Amino acid sequence: MSFLLVFAIVLAIGLAAFVAGRQRARSQDDGTVKPHSRAHYHGWWAFLTGVVPAVLFLAAWDIGASAYLNSHIHSALPADVADGTVAHEDLAAGLVKSLASGLRKLDSQTLGALPSSFADLQPMLAAKGVALAPDTQDYMIPIATEANRVSDRLGMISAVVSIGLALIGVGYGLKGISPRARARNNVEKVMLWSLLGASTLAILTTIGIVLSMLFQTIAFFEKVPLSNFFFGTVWDPRFAAAGAGASEGQFGLIPLLAGTLYIAFVALLVAVPIGLMSAVYMSEYAAPKVRAVVKPALELLAGIPTIVYGIFALVTLGPFLRDISAALTGGTPFIQAQSILTAGLVMGVMLIPVVSSLSDDIITAVPRAMRDGSLGLGATRSETIKRVILPAALPGIVGAILLTASRAIGETMIVVLAAGVAANLTLNPFEAMTTITVKIVNQLTGDLEFNTPQTLVAFALGITLFALTLVMNIVALYIVRKYREQYE
Amino acid sequence: MNIMTEKSLDDAVNAEMNARSNEIIKMRGDKVTVHYGDKQALFGVDLDVRQNQVTALIGPSGCGKSTFLRCLNRMNDTIDSASVGGKITLDNEDIYDPKIDVVELRARVGMVFQKPNPFPKSIYENVAYGPRIHGLAKNKADLDVIVEKSLQKAALWNEAKDRLNEPGTGLSGGQQQRLCIARAIAVAPEVILMDEPCSALDPIATAKVEELIDELRENYTIVIVTHSMQQAARVSQRTAMFHLGYLVEEGPTDKMFTNPDDKRTQDYITGRFG
Repeated sequence: MSFLLVFAIVLAIGLAAFVAGRQRARSQDDGTVKPHSRAHYHGWWAFLTGVVPAVLFLAAWDIGASAYLNSHIHSALPADVADGTVAHEDLAAGLVKSLASGLRKLDSQTLGALPSSFADLQPMLAAKGVALAPDTQDYMIPIATEANRVSDRLGMISAVVSIGLALIGVGYGLKGISPRARARNNVEKVMLWSLLGASTLAILTTIGIVLSMLFQTIAFFEKVPLSNFFFGTVWDPRFAAAGAGASEGQFGLIPLLAGTLYIAFVALLVAVPIGLMSAVYMSEYAAPKVRAVVKPALELLAGIPTIVYGIFALVTLGPFLRDISAALTGGTPFIQAQSILTAGLVMGVMLIPVVSSLSDDIITAVPRAMRDGSLGLGATRSETIKRVILPAALPGIVGAILLTASRAIGETMIVVLAAGVAANLTLNPFEAMTTITVKIVNQLTGDLEFNTPQTLVAFALGITLFALTLVMNIVALYIVRKYREQYE
Repeated sequence: MNIMTEKSLDDAVNAEMNARSNEIIKMRGDKVTVHYGDKQALFGVDLDVRQNQVTALIGPSGCGKSTFLRCLNRMNDTIDSASVGGKITLDNEDIYDPKIDVVELRARVGMVFQKPNPFPKSIYENVAYGPRIHGLAKNKADLDVIVEKSLQKAALWNEAKDRLNEPGTGLSGGQQQRLCIARAIAVAPEVILMDEPCSALDPIATAKVEELIDELRENYTIVIVTHSMQQAARVSQRTAMFHLGYLVEEGPTDKMFTNPDDKRTQDYITGRFG
């Protein structure tokens, strides 16, 4: 029986338990004892006692079964394959698994008289629309049939046990129904745990991401010394020499970090003043009607995919800046089409809505009493904004800017298209520089072997970027939180 | 002997000038109406504010007394939906005349709010805020003098002189409110409007602020909105009773509390409604 079918049956049992439990609770309410929980809570409790253990078992069993099946196939492989490297063994096991799933498409009659050579089997499978790798070997066929049999048996056991668990659970839940039973508290507890589980999942995933990068990073630093990466000023990974072993290339982080920070700085130079001023206009001056139109329009900007901004930078703004600079000097352009300026400007435009929306919330949160106090003393609106509202909102605004900066640093698509790929170390904003994110993309999209330093460096870069933005976000949240109490 | 006569003559002249100045109309409301959107909040209020007196505005919640107060320095301008009709004068000048600069008006007619609202700055900076904006001090020494005098007038100097650089928000509620009064005084206004200045304070802090209001009367004209009958009776010379957006009656505080003309005033003061 398939996983989904069992799941559906368990769910159906649960729903029946809900109806039965609610009914039972209602029939028990004869008016003599005030029931502790309303009837539908008893129903839900019966549902949960039935479904939760059965589903948990089903999931655990499924994971265990596939692991068991895997080891079963591995042990059944002939000795000469098993003696080979791990990669070859995994490859063979993979072929067996796809063969096994292909065999499931055949009807029982064909399965009864299965040909022993793959050459005969292949056309039969192809007729059912199953395409298999041509290097599938004859000896794999009996292993695949055996694997299917084992998996059927495991599936049967899991179905029987989980449905049994569901029934027992439902029975337990229904039996416990009495007017003073605390079904409501039980249901609340389950709610609490499921909410807790949901929020833990996000944190666990983050840890998983860090760990997955960490192992590759460690592998990278086994091949390249730390000082080469962190203090090197030359980025020259030598793709051509990859695998040759003689020269491993240079992986200096400095030019990439400089490029990242420079472009982020230019972007903030554009985004912060404009975003802040638009936030001030929106929160202090705009009539409600204007605000109702302008604010969503600005936030719409935030929804544009960054690749679209990148295209704009690549085909419109970059060439435009180059042509202007050419016109100014009368021939030779001093602004390159792909430059820090181009990338920074476009990224700045992308970040305007981020700055303005965050600051708008913060400025609006400054109590009206502050404004009244200042206006009541005869201050003008702009004096009030400059001397009272912005200083009061400053910690929040600083936090917002830091959050924006970490977005600028992590931004990828705009810089891939607009900043260039040359790892220069320059102060001239009209030249091309490259960023950490661009290099991650470059290193991972080549067709190099995975365990070369040329590829692994992407993980070292990724974890550096992660650490950088993490620190900025922590500082930002700290600042925002520290000064928030001011009005409470 | 001669000196004696001169002195008593001086006293007599002073007394008469005081008496006369009590009769000077500082601000005058003439058929003032206010709308918030479609809702009318004030209906043709005629009310005079006399110089160097405390005028108390009383009445149940939502009667329009705060609305009227906020008209006197055009704070209602900051509410988008509010529109003011009728005429309000300050020293016989129409304050809603387009020629009047609202910023200048608010410097002459200061305001103290219901909830103490010191800026998130130091005590010194809170008081120096107004003088800085209006350029009242030529240099730092001038500003120091203004700050000290304002804090003294607001009876906060002794408590605050050693902590001028600490944030104003760190003061107690009553101290904060006196800081707000000092902040208003620092601009050297002629009229101070107070919107329930003691409603967020405990009785001891309230007593201090009330005492202060009585002292301030010497130099300023004060209009105070209050929910407390006792407070109105204690601090004010004249009382105006509002009800449902109408001015019910206005007169000397003694008379209002002992022998009001209108039955609604009588009922409100004795606690029969409101």
